[in-house]
Amino acid sequence: MARIIGGVTSSHIPAVGNAIANNQTQEPYWKRFFDGYKPAQAWLSEKKPDVAIVVYNDHGLNFFLDKVPTFALGCADTYHNDDEGWALKPVAPFKGDAQFSWHIAESLIQQEFDICTCQEMKVDHGFVNPIRALYGTHEVWPVTTIPLAVNTVQHPVPSALRCYKLGQALRQAVESYPEDLRVVVFGTGGLSHQLQGERAGLIDVEFDLDCMEKIANDPQWMTRFSNSEIMRRAGTEGIETIMWLVMRGALQSNVKVVHKHYHVPISNTGAGVLVLENYG
Amino acid sequence: MTWTKHDYDNIPGTYVFDGKHAHGAYPLNKLLFSLNDAGNRDRFERDPAAYCDAYGVSGNYKELVLEKDFLGMLRAGANIYYLAKMAIPRGTSVQDAGAKFQGITTRDFQAKLLAKGDDLTQRLARRGGFWNG
Repeated sequence: MARIIGGVTSSHIPAVGNAIANNQTQEPYWKRFFDGYKPAQAWLSEKKPDVAIVVYNDHGLNFFLDKVPTFALGCADTYHNDDEGWALKPVAPFKGDAQFSWHIAESLIQQEFDICTCQEMKVDHGFVNPIRALYGTHEVWPVTTIPLAVNTVQHPVPSALRCYKLGQALRQAVESYPEDLRVVVFGTGGLSHQLQGERAGLIDVEFDLDCMEKIANDPQWMTRFSNSEIMRRAGTEGIETIMWLVMRGALQSNVKVVHKHYHVPISNTGAGVLVLENYG
Repeated sequence: MTWTKHDYDNIPGTYVFDGKHAHGAYPLNKLLFSLNDAGNRDRFERDPAAYCDAYGVSGNYKELVLEKDFLGMLRAGANIYYLAKMAIPRGTSVQDAGAKFQGITTRDFQAKLLAKGDDLTQRLARRGGFWNG
């Protein structure tokens, strides 16, 4: 049987990809941020998950505003990165697992999560940067991936509670797959930031730290907030933090907190890494 | 016909990208999205006005594009992630845009961001359990 061994969170700021590409990770601005990934990298290299389900939002690479699925699951054997308009060299393609994806899609839809299935899905920095930060950059990536995109760009976006419940359904979906796969779920994006408007530059460090502690030990806390309340505290783009709850919903109610790392600012954002492990 | 009101409408200095913005600025965002493609970027560079016409970007929206008025485009409903496809290659970062929104220099804007990390070590120590180098 497939089982979820744990979850990892990571912000997915575009500048992180640039810093990696330009070998700046040990420069003063970046060093503390990247050094804080080392325990997460060590955990992944010790636990060696076969599959990473990556919960992220697309920023206008695969999806345009003509069709905006609330939840969309990659159901392909390969996922390509591509030019997001900045002419950066795309990273190597990611290996998928179509059979496992279709099983997850079936199970989620049976559980009343009517997701969009994607046989072609370009993955942008939201997906790529956490993987690069957690595994380094590779021509052949050391883990099979399944993208799970959540709309956090064009409102209405799903609630924190809905994301948490999606995670619970995802756990059911994974655990009903007959193959012996070790699965990790990455919740990406956040934490607080606002890129536009007179309130641009907003970061609420206390809210970010609360989120990290509560998502680990009391995830119901965040599910009680409306999206308006989250945006008021964490900024319009900080709404991405709801994707951490998909990861959290997929884990057991009590988890071992392996690692907790927070750094501020990275670009315009408070950046957090959590490594949570299921018992047994 | 009326746009539904939302709790988030009264968050100060904040424009939530919802149906109301997405609807009015749809051709503009479509043009911005098209810039993912290098060939389209060249076509846009060669004749921005014709490119606007091809995407149905007209009136005030077209003027904003021709003037490369990034702030104006954001105010008119450009999505920030889509705008980045035009602004970043032209040397305008999201921090430049943020600074302009506040009427301060980018350097001051960045200094305000850096100040968020001033007492980080103490804050994390108070909380406990956080990695701290």
